[in-house]
Amino acid sequence: MSEKKTTKRQPHGNGAAHGTDGKIAGQELWQAQFEAAPKRPGAVDRTISDHPLKPLYGPEDLAGVDYGRDLSFPGQYPYTRGIHATMYRSRLWTMRQFAGFGTAKQTNERFHFLLSQGQTGLSVAFDMPALMGYDSDHPRALGEVGKCGVAISTLQDMQDLFAGIDLGRISTSMTINCTAPIALAMYIATAEAQGVPAERLSGTLQADMLKEYIAQKEWIYPPEPSMRIITDMMAYCSKHVPKWNTISISGYHIREAGSTAVQELAFTLADGFAYVEAGIAAGLDVDDFAPRLSFFFNAHSDFFEEIAKYRAARRIWARHMRDRFKARNPRSWTLRFHTQTAGCSATAQQAENNIMRVAFQALSAVLGGTQSLHTNSLDEVLALPTEENAQLALRTQQIIAYETGVGNVIDPLGGSYYVEKLTSDMEAGAEDYFERIAELGGVVPAIHAGFFQKEIADASYRYQREIESGERIIVGVNDFVQEEAEQIALLKIDRAVELEQCARVKAFRETRDGDLTKAALARLAAAAETDENLMPHYLDCVKSKATLGEISEALVPVFGRYREAAVI
Amino acid sequence: MARPIRILVAKAGLDGHDRGAKVIARALRDAGFEVIYTGLHQTPEQVVEAAIQEDVDGIGLSVLSGAHMTLFPRIKELLVGEGASDIVLFGGGTIPNEDVKPLLAAGVAGVFTPGTPMATIVDFVRRECGKRVGA
Repeated sequence: MSEKKTTKRQPHGNGAAHGTDGKIAGQELWQAQFEAAPKRPGAVDRTISDHPLKPLYGPEDLAGVDYGRDLSFPGQYPYTRGIHATMYRSRLWTMRQFAGFGTAKQTNERFHFLLSQGQTGLSVAFDMPALMGYDSDHPRALGEVGKCGVAISTLQDMQDLFAGIDLGRISTSMTINCTAPIALAMYIATAEAQGVPAERLSGTLQADMLKEYIAQKEWIYPPEPSMRIITDMMAYCSKHVPKWNTISISGYHIREAGSTAVQELAFTLADGFAYVEAGIAAGLDVDDFAPRLSFFFNAHSDFFEEIAKYRAARRIWARHMRDRFKARNPRSWTLRFHTQTAGCSATAQQAENNIMRVAFQALSAVLGGTQSLHTNSLDEVLALPTEENAQLALRTQQIIAYETGVGNVIDPLGGSYYVEKLTSDMEAGAEDYFERIAELGGVVPAIHAGFFQKEIADASYRYQREIESGERIIVGVNDFVQEEAEQIALLKIDRAVELEQCARVKAFRETRDGDLTKAALARLAAAAETDENLMPHYLDCVKSKATLGEISEALVPVFGRYREAAVI
Repeated sequence: MARPIRILVAKAGLDGHDRGAKVIARALRDAGFEVIYTGLHQTPEQVVEAAIQEDVDGIGLSVLSGAHMTLFPRIKELLVGEGASDIVLFGGGTIPNEDVKPLLAAGVAGVFTPGTPMATIVDFVRRECGKRVGA
């Protein structure tokens, strides 16, 4: 790193032997040899995200990088090298495999299995009806119950999901957005029934609605009331569930929708800043809620680009939080993140190859300093993972953690000419996007204008065309193709699951005091007309045995339903 | 000269995975077809109504929520019920190989599993939906 300081004093030199034109001895020879040699067919001059690459990086690429200002030490502003002083030297990342399918009872069994295999946190995948605000027996849920995740419609379902698991001892991540306040209310009520008070609960709610409009497209109400619900949750949790991470600001889905790495980085952080602005506008002190914001990124296949993305994310967040939002608590400056390997990079062809893809992607997340990690199973391109494949995915993380030695040195790629240059480029690219979003009036107006949706669609179409033309090789898909005998065994969700779950929801409704439920729903809707915090009313509804679908529907007359103008 | 082939690209079901649908919509448009995209979260009834109203030659249905065995047959049934069984129903998504045959047997004209080149789908549409145009 000493070169950098030298570089700052002497812009054209780095202390090494120089020719008269400022070039380092050997540089011209290398350049000539490089240019004289034929280019390997398939060698690409751009990252997977279309970022231009040089064949070699050197000291000149660190010009302008100041160690103290731009990198600093792990655990110190701007946290480029990691948010903790010790990183994996004192504690490994949390191995958190996302799981959920069928009924609450089936998923509960999978949770017990994963915990018995050494998993250290739970992560709940909900089915599409639960994610969109429909009960399992709603006509729109037909064919979807328990397919993409676990079917949860009632408080009873949530209690079954965590049967035999002490919610005071485990941390739980719930990937749920427009129905997040209902899931949180059900989780709090389930814990209370176990005798665990809300103050002791730890976990994460995704609850990132902005990226829903941008990429994942699960919504009920328009963006403006959705932002109000989120700020209500932030305010409520900061008082009553202090160990809970209220939002997991997610780039994962933006990337899965086909964005580039820079778009994932920029749009996610722009969303993060929008939540901070909303919290401040709602009268909260930035340091009261910012320490509980966490992030969720994708780990795609372009190894170094991904590492640079995570490093840049930390630096950008720290700079904006300290300098723009005037946060004083260093915990507000630190960007903590979960990572999941890229589902969109998995292939149905030669599915076993996905094991290797996942391993490299997971390694990039670890080298990038992730706080927790989900490794995809080889079969997730076609179905939810079988138990065997879920175990293999977890073992992949354990091999990285315990055999490769990469966790023994903090930020081992820090100082790499290439990685530092890419990190700086990522930051600059994100800042450009922040300006364009600001010109459109901010994130919500940009959503209404279709800006993100169009940017992502353009990027994904470009990528697909590169694959079609053979410019990019995907092993087993457009090269190294082989005839495949039989497809791998997949997890099947039986139609009986849907029938059983619908019967359970009906029985739940029949055995409750319907008047009590109706009154609670009416109180929720009335509160929505005012500025009152909605979270206590969500809890009231859940405890009065209102279902997820009923609670979602109760607010539609007040908030309206969102409809996207479809753009291709 | 025959009129261009008209295709409805449809997203039925509750999932919001629209990368594939949008990429295919663009590829079909670039191939010279007229493309209408329904947007997300359509019911089978809405898809069929749009197909008839827009007088399309084919429906390209994208399903990534695992509900393909419910949604494809339902749309085919509705097309038949509306006397519109000449509209070619095809589609793709996260569909395991073993589900392809039953879907074809249920009257789906083409099922494209993950990794299918766009050109394959364009050729399919030109051939199968072209019959309806009389090109």
